[in-house]
Formats: sequence, structure tokens, C-alpha cells
Amino acid sequence: MDKISLKNHAKNIRKNIVKMVANANSGHIGGALSATDILTVLYFNEMNIHAENVGGVNRDRFVLSKGHASALLYSTLHEKGLLNEDLMTFRFIDSKLQGHPNMNYVAGVDMSTGSLGQGVSAAVGMAMANKLAKNDYRVYALLGDGECQEGQVWEAAMAAAHYKLDNLVVIVDFNGLQIDGDITKVMNPIPIDEKFKAFGFEVEVIDGHDYDAIDAALKHARNVKGKPTMILAHTVKGKGVSFMEHNAGWHGVAPNAEELAKALAELEVL
Amino acid sequence: MGQATREAYGDILGQLILENEKIVVLDADLTKSTKTSVAQSKVPNRHFNMGIAEANMMGVAAGFASSGYTVFASTFAMFATGRAWEQVRNSIGYPRLNVKICGTHAGIAVGEDGVSHQAIEDIALMRAIPGMQVYQPCDATETKAIIRHVSQIDGPCYVRLGRSKVDDVFNEDTKFEIGKIHQITKGSNVCIFTTGLMTQAALKAQKKLQEEGIEMSVVNVSCLKPLDEEGVFKMLKEHDVIITAEEHNVIGGLGAAIAEVSTSKCPKLIHRMGIYDCFAESGPFEKLLVKYHLDSEDIVKKVKEVL
Repeated sequence: MDKISLKNHAKNIRKNIVKMVANANSGHIGGALSATDILTVLYFNEMNIHAENVGGVNRDRFVLSKGHASALLYSTLHEKGLLNEDLMTFRFIDSKLQGHPNMNYVAGVDMSTGSLGQGVSAAVGMAMANKLAKNDYRVYALLGDGECQEGQVWEAAMAAAHYKLDNLVVIVDFNGLQIDGDITKVMNPIPIDEKFKAFGFEVEVIDGHDYDAIDAALKHARNVKGKPTMILAHTVKGKGVSFMEHNAGWHGVAPNAEELAKALAELEVL
Repeated sequence: MGQATREAYGDILGQLILENEKIVVLDADLTKSTKTSVAQSKVPNRHFNMGIAEANMMGVAAGFASSGYTVFASTFAMFATGRAWEQVRNSIGYPRLNVKICGTHAGIAVGEDGVSHQAIEDIALMRAIPGMQVYQPCDATETKAIIRHVSQIDGPCYVRLGRSKVDDVFNEDTKFEIGKIHQITKGSNVCIFTTGLMTQAALKAQKKLQEEGIEMSVVNVSCLKPLDEEGVFKMLKEHDVIITAEEHNVIGGLGAAIAEVSTSKCPKLIHRMGIYDCFAESGPFEKLLVKYHLDSEDIVKKVKEVL
């Protein structure tokens, strides 16, 4: 898919994220907007997922280990035409669009996540299952940079390398911020790239808003044999909305009507 | 002495993995203790050692299950239900994935290893997770029936297994109705609900009491959740004196489960035997059971006391 189309999809995904969180008056915007370009490339260029196979497991799968970015996943599935639910029921009572994703409610949500560090282990299990079944399906997991403070991430990393899971790609959304602020001040997980390298991963460091770079890194991962790949994607928290960018305060806060209008206007011309 | 329930688990799993190609087995560096080594020797490529990393093992189990596999995940009960509780709750319980958590070395009968390895809270922890089924067989034959049963049903299950060898209660001809309580002896007005190795202790006590003219019903409860409420209700109605016995904290285990049914369906005074909210200690398991009042003599004493 060409860059202009990807940009348009990303724009629509971002606008829906902002609308959903505003409508729900709760949710996580900053870390959804930071990873939007990554999911756009994954769903529109990389993964073998479409209306015919979304209901099953015989396809590539994606685990949103940073489950709080659920608005991003729903919005992306919607943009891809795979989600029938009304996005504006997000976080409402009786809605399938739970605050953190539930795999039994929405086809295309490949694991129930929300408790940080757990999704990546499930992705390791899926990749091991694919190896056992001798199929070619690939597994992608998106982690937060703050999430790398969870010990389970490193247990999972050890297992992924041990079992030589070259069908697994872990992408770390490196926006540098977590709820309590700068990740280096809260509990510094850096160097994330060197840590994954030491655990036995192929590591690529990219600009997580550059479609060509994301695409190239994913293509490169396909050619890596005998070990898993980690893509450290430098991103901007709140990307696309000036007053949300680089601001940890927008981790889990909903915009008011005025802020929503301003955000949508900015995203329109992005 | 018969087999330990963990040994029977190892044997039946070794058989099931040959019968069912969708079974995968995960272990956390305890294959020889949990006895998943039997399955490993039969089908090495469907047995995965996940190392000393139980949290990740439960997540990997979820990933396998979400890919269509029936997963048996084993380690000591302490670590399966304690250390990895939140992984079991969020990655297995919440998405209702087909994972059979088989925790061995449960209770104080793990013996000399001491408190750090004596899970006396595991039934409570697993019972509290919505949709989690909880089983504890008392001997080898029942273990085999239960493991086969959980391999055939969909959804998360916890099976509590012991380290020590125990007497056989059942034999090849026993017809099990998994999920129902099992009345082994029929008494008059005393009924004791037991689970795990307390069933053997209660049967010993029952014989001694019989010699003294006291007839006791021994009711083995191998499915702690969902509890056979109808069966329990019937026992509560038919007996005046109700006792429960478990090698577990009296908080949240079998006694609590029976009390829950009683309080809503048939209010009764219930005498709970178990670990009275304390940590035990190291020691030979027979001596520990005596010291912590879980011996057959303690049951005899309790029955006489409350009659």
C-alpha cells in the first residue's frame, strides 16, 4: 500500500481514537496515538488478516501487550473493515469494546490483555504453537516501553530466544513516557535494545512514525532465521495532537469538547 | 501403599499425550517431580520446559490454548497458584482458555521442604477465579479419571496433586461420576466431607469409630468447584453432625465451600478440620499431619467431641 493511503488510514484511526476516548470520557490516548503508525503498517501492509480469516487462528496474529491502548486496536480493526461494533460504545456498559481488550468478545482481538507483561508471553506461546503445527503464520506483539519494567517481559524474551522463535516480532513503542512521567526517572529500562540483544534477539531501531522504516524492519524480520526480532520504535506519545505530544498527563485522560474539536482539527491536516 | 497422586498424573498424562495429538505439556524445571517427565519421554516435541519462570509459563500456556491446543501446565502448587496467580487469572481465567493447571506437592504433606513449598491456600486462590474448575483426587485411580476428564472438557481447570504415596481408596472397577461428591461409607448421623489425603485418614477413623459403635459417612469431594450442591445438600439433610477435613487452610477451602452451600440451602453447625490459619514447618509428612491435627486419630477425637 502506498504512503498516501497509509497516511489516510492512520489519520482515520487517530481521529476515532480521540473520539472514542472523549465519548467514553475515559481511556488511554497518548500511547494509542504513539503506536498508530505501527499498527497501520502491520494491518494494511504486513499481516495476513482479512474478513475471511479473522474469526479463526489460521492467520498472522497480533497481541496488544500494552492492552490499555485498546482504542487503537478497535479503531484499527474498524478501519480495516473487520469490526462490526459501534466504536462509540467503547467502555460503555453492555459493549463488546471493553476498556482493555477481551478476545472472546471481538474477532481479531487475539488475546485478552491489560495486565502489563502478560501479552508477550501469550505471543510466545502462539509462536511456539505455530512452530509445532509447522505453519508459516507470524505473531506480532506490541509492548510499551514502561511495560519493559515488568519482569515477565524478560522471562518471555528468554523463552522466545531459547525456542528460536523467528516467527515472532516484538515491537516496543518507545515513547519515553509512562503514567508517572519520564520512563528514565520512574524506573529506567534503557538500554532496551541492548537488553533484547543480550537475550538473543535480532534488534532493529527505527522511527516509529516512518512508514518506510516500519515496513522495512518488518520485512527484514521475515528474513531473520533462528531467533526472534525486536523492533524498538522511537515514537512520540500523543502523536498528531500538539497539546498531547510528549505529555505524560495525556496517558489516561479524556479530552473535553473543546480539546476534542481542536484535536480533530489538527489530525485532519496532519 | 499406592502411588502418589502426582505419579498417577504422570502415568495418565503419558498415555493421554499419545492418544490426543492436541495435548501439549509445559513444565517449569520440575519435570521429574511433577512427573510430566513421563509424557516428555513419550512425545518429546509436545513437552516444553519453560525454565524457572512460572509467570511466563502460564502466559505461554494461554498462547498455546488460544491456538487450539489442550495445555497441561505443571509445577508445584505453590508456584502455579501463588506466584503466577494473576497470570492465571488474567491470561487463562478471564479469556476462559483451555489450560489444565496441575499443581503437585500441595499441602503440608510436601514435608521436609517446609513452608515456602507448602501450598495451603491454593484451593482458595483458584476457587476465587470466575469459571475456574477445581479438583483434588485422593488416590491414583481417581487421579487418572480426573485427568482424563479435564483433558476432555474445554476451559480452565486446576488439579491439586500430592507428593507423598497414599493408600488406594478406589480400584479399577470403581465407577466415577466426576463432578459429583462420592459417598464411600454410609453412616447414621455423622458425616465427614473430605478431600485429598484426608479421605484416607477419614476412612481409617471410620473403621475405628465403627468398632465403638459409631457409624460415619465418609464423603469424598474431588470436585471442589463447581461443587455438587445437590449432593452436599442431601448429605446435610441426612446427617446431624457435619465435619469437613482438608489439608489446606480452613479459610477458603473445602470447609468453606461446604459452609457456603449450608448457609444458603441447609443451615447446620459445621466443624471444620484443616490448617488453622498458620504456617506449618519442615518435617516428615506423617509427623506434620499429626502435629497439625490432620491424622485419623484427630478425626476420631473430633467426632467424639462433637457427638
